[in-house]
Amino acid sequence: MNLPISTSSTAGLILAGVFGLIFGILLHKGRVTNYNVIVNMFRFKDFTVLKVMLSAIVVGGIGVYIMMAAGLLEGYHIKPTNVAGLVIGGALFGIGMVVYGYCPGTGVAAVATGSVHALIGFLGMLVGGVFYALSYPWVKAHILNVGDFGKVRLPEASHIPEFIWWIVIAAGSVFLFKILPKAEKQSE
Amino acid sequence: MVIFALMESSSHNQTSSGLTAPSWSPYVVGIGIGVLSWLVFLIVDKPLGMSTEVSKFSGGVASLFVGMDKVVENPYWASTTPAFGYSTVFLIATAAGAFLSAILSGTLKIETVPRVWREQIGGSPAGRALGAFLGGAVLLYGARMAGGCTSGHGISGTLQLAVSGWLFFAVLFASGIVTAKLMFRK
Repeated sequence: MNLPISTSSTAGLILAGVFGLIFGILLHKGRVTNYNVIVNMFRFKDFTVLKVMLSAIVVGGIGVYIMMAAGLLEGYHIKPTNVAGLVIGGALFGIGMVVYGYCPGTGVAAVATGSVHALIGFLGMLVGGVFYALSYPWVKAHILNVGDFGKVRLPEASHIPEFIWWIVIAAGSVFLFKILPKAEKQSE
Repeated sequence: MVIFALMESSSHNQTSSGLTAPSWSPYVVGIGIGVLSWLVFLIVDKPLGMSTEVSKFSGGVASLFVGMDKVVENPYWASTTPAFGYSTVFLIATAAGAFLSAILSGTLKIETVPRVWREQIGGSPAGRALGAFLGGAVLLYGARMAGGCTSGHGISGTLQLAVSGWLFFAVLFASGIVTAKLMFRK
């Protein structure tokens, strides 16, 4: 079998179905399709979201690092670091995530679990997408070019080797996993 | 991590397990998403992501009103052209997976106003609908300006040690914490 498989082939579309199905099951079993679980993360009452994300990052990242070192992957898929776009966009995203109570992936999944408000918020997302497309020429000219550092990774930007980054991130995550349950108990 | 997963699952003390369980340990789910990201990278050479596809959906819906010719005249949709493909199937399958998991565990339920919103803001379904709609609009606008969402930046970007992913992750959490403080005062 020759990897990677083209995403526009029939096999690629079938794989999209398999991957999406697994992703949707994981999001539901992780309780992140639940509005209360997501907003309670930002209220420091329930750290489920952080536990899911950090363990996904550590396991996913170390695996991808090893596969890359072994020459199994084509290359990284890094998004550019446009500081102004990331800061303004990220701030809007944080507001939207608390008010809507979902992010795009968990919102899509929540619709299918019976959340009517997730569906209404999905329609809101479609309107947000139209607004973005309409304002894109202005955003591109005035925001996306401010503080544009291109596709940079932490090891190159910091001159700290990749494996050190992983030791720090893994140790930091394990430390958080130890103290988060105590913080959850205190807020009860 | 595996130890945490085991500790959590033993303390859950569930009567059902596997797909019929209402939930799994967050560490098991996180490890699952991590392993899924390996497979996606290895087999189709793509990162996990969602918000690009949602914005293509926007273009698709817009094309029903003004026609696809007009939609692709827009510089954004000219480069992110709305068309059926891999990520469309991925989005629909994500919903299908969540539906399957909810059905099998008996947790599928119609919800118009979630608990925290009802306690903090109010019990009106119309109020919650307005909040969800506006929140969703701001969410996707922000995701597109930042170039990704919790999946594309927050998981796929961070796990590749992209500076953009970690910066987005930090700003999103800071903004969310401030918003929650202002919104939920009770």
